[in-house]
Amino acid sequence: MNFDLNDEQQEIKRTAHEFLAARFKPEKVRELADADSYDDSLWKEISELGWPGIAIAEEDGGQGLGMIELVVLLEESGYACAPSPLLGTAGAALVISAAGSDEQRSEWLPKLASGEAIGAFGGFSDGESTIFCDLPRADVVVTFDGEGALLAPASEVDFEPFKAIDSTRSYGLVSEATGERLPGDVDAGRDRLAIAIAAELTGIAQRALEMAVDYARERQQFGRPIGSYQAVSHRCAAMLLATEESRSLTYYAAWTADAEPESLPMAAAMAGARSADAGWEVPSSALQVLGGIGFTWEHDLQFWLKRGRVAGRMLGTPRDHRERVADLSGLGESQAVPA
Amino acid sequence: MDLTLTESEAAFRDEVRSWLEENHPGPAPEGDDAAEFEFRRIWQKKMHEAGWAGISWPEEYGGKGATLIEQSIFNEELARQRVPAPANVLGLVMGGPVVIAHGDEEQKERFLEPILSGDEIWCQGFSEPESGSDLASLKTRAVNTNGSWKVTGQKVWTTYAHEAKYCMLLARTDQDAPKHKGITYFILDMDQANVDVRPLRQITGEAEFNEIFLEEAEIPDENIIGEVGGGWQVAITTLMFERAGLGAAAVLGLKRTMEDLIAVVRERGLDDDPVIRQKIAQLHIGIEAMRLGSLRALTQTMKSGIPGPEGSLSKWEWADYNQALTELGNEVLGPEGMRAGSDWSYRFLRSRANSIEGGTTEVLKNIIAERVLGLPRLR
Repeated sequence: MNFDLNDEQQEIKRTAHEFLAARFKPEKVRELADADSYDDSLWKEISELGWPGIAIAEEDGGQGLGMIELVVLLEESGYACAPSPLLGTAGAALVISAAGSDEQRSEWLPKLASGEAIGAFGGFSDGESTIFCDLPRADVVVTFDGEGALLAPASEVDFEPFKAIDSTRSYGLVSEATGERLPGDVDAGRDRLAIAIAAELTGIAQRALEMAVDYARERQQFGRPIGSYQAVSHRCAAMLLATEESRSLTYYAAWTADAEPESLPMAAAMAGARSADAGWEVPSSALQVLGGIGFTWEHDLQFWLKRGRVAGRMLGTPRDHRERVADLSGLGESQAVPA
Repeated sequence: MDLTLTESEAAFRDEVRSWLEENHPGPAPEGDDAAEFEFRRIWQKKMHEAGWAGISWPEEYGGKGATLIEQSIFNEELARQRVPAPANVLGLVMGGPVVIAHGDEEQKERFLEPILSGDEIWCQGFSEPESGSDLASLKTRAVNTNGSWKVTGQKVWTTYAHEAKYCMLLARTDQDAPKHKGITYFILDMDQANVDVRPLRQITGEAEFNEIFLEEAEIPDENIIGEVGGGWQVAITTLMFERAGLGAAAVLGLKRTMEDLIAVVRERGLDDDPVIRQKIAQLHIGIEAMRLGSLRALTQTMKSGIPGPEGSLSKWEWADYNQALTELGNEVLGPEGMRAGSDWSYRFLRSRANSIEGGTTEVLKNIIAERVLGLPRLR
């Protein structure tokens, strides 16, 4: 029993952290967000590092590492709030890897692994399009339609760009579910996707926590640092708890995807719910610690706050994840008729 | 990262499991506290004869010398099979380890074996009416009079004081020293007229705890653990180890309560209620996060050798989730949940103490803020 990243995974995390800190300084995040844009040369660099294909099998053109390695990268990408199509691309590839036919795999996975193609994913809930991640720039789109998932080249999908409160990523809304059905284990793909999103949210929560703690140490009111007041310090402790719960559940879920698939559905639903809550609660709580300055356009917290809110609601709401947990926990599937 | 047990860990679990299956004493008798305690004393003796009582103790002192992971597996098995606690819990998890870490050879010779066998029960005299979270402000004082000490003061929240032979006692031996430096760690013989034990009745109606009144109670020099004035350090280092390996058992307790809660929800036909479903899911997620957080902390402790302040997170989670579970049980049961003496009304009331006993949630948050997050100290 050993619940820690191994040396190699820690090295991946450290390298990703340093790379992203150097390339995506907050002023760069702001510049790209203001321009509503990604930086093609940075995406090329990320692709050359092999990140989009880290969890794609070697025979499909990827690095053949596991879900844990991808989670580590996405956590750091969330920490940096890096504007890039990494989540859409790696996310679409997870679903195609789990559920695609040989043909679908060989058509798309090598291109997604190399970063030559960009992926997007999203779905329909009660007939309404969810927010599709990375859609306007995508080459290939995975759509969950309630029955399973469809795969289509982006050129065949009717959509419009969606300007979300989060401007560090591009989003779209789709008019109808389009494409060829993915014949394999769509649920396993969707669970992995939920874990990928959970990883990004964990990184977002970690960064917001650090912003709040740094500020609480420095900011003086009534002649002392505000972090010495329990009303503030206990709020920070609660932010740490939320972040660590999100991280524990996400790492565990990633481990089940690689090593214990029978535990994956429950683990993914739990990670999905907790990370979506943490990805909103922690930045929101950080804003309260920062006070007025955190509410200004000038302050960087807004990027993490907004991305955390949107990312936690891309593939269903925290409530949807919890409903799945209830279903799997011995309460059985809800018989309630949807309103 | 590998959350499966290694071959040797699995072998250890199988050994524990089969021994417990063969030797399980059955449920402890209810309704008669003295009979229950005697039952647990006999059970402890049986565990000791098979070498299990001192699971965390080094082998040279009669223990099992188990690793932290093995301790965790052991405690989880105890909880899984609903095995009654041994009588001398505090002696086993605190008294013995204190003597082993800080005692001299004579003290080890004198005190350790009867702790393991359950022949001498131990209790803990730390908290006082005016010193709860601020333990170092304690006022009970010990005065040196030619080779022995006379102790006067009051202790509170003392579990098993009425059964105990010895009490781990913190008393002030230097009134002028800074408050953390003037405290000494004693082993008090409870069997003397100057020690008065009175039961303390709780909101549940039962009396799990006691108050101890000390009026010039006597303690010989040889019953000091560590240095005179060095008691705070002795107490702190052992408090840190108190919870090592106990996280898994606490999680299993929560899971048990969750199973019971789900059964009640189904019985009452509330399993389709969307609000109840959300609440249960939320608690499921919290309990699982606590289980995983404890395993992460255990891995870190195995590497560094010292439990980190992150353990405070688990205690905080445990209190919050147990209270929320029992509140929900109380809520879904209708009148039965409110009936005096019913199982769920007892659990509901008893759990109110969870965020106070063994470190209040507020103190835990202070520890996390100061020692994990590095926020400025309050004081």
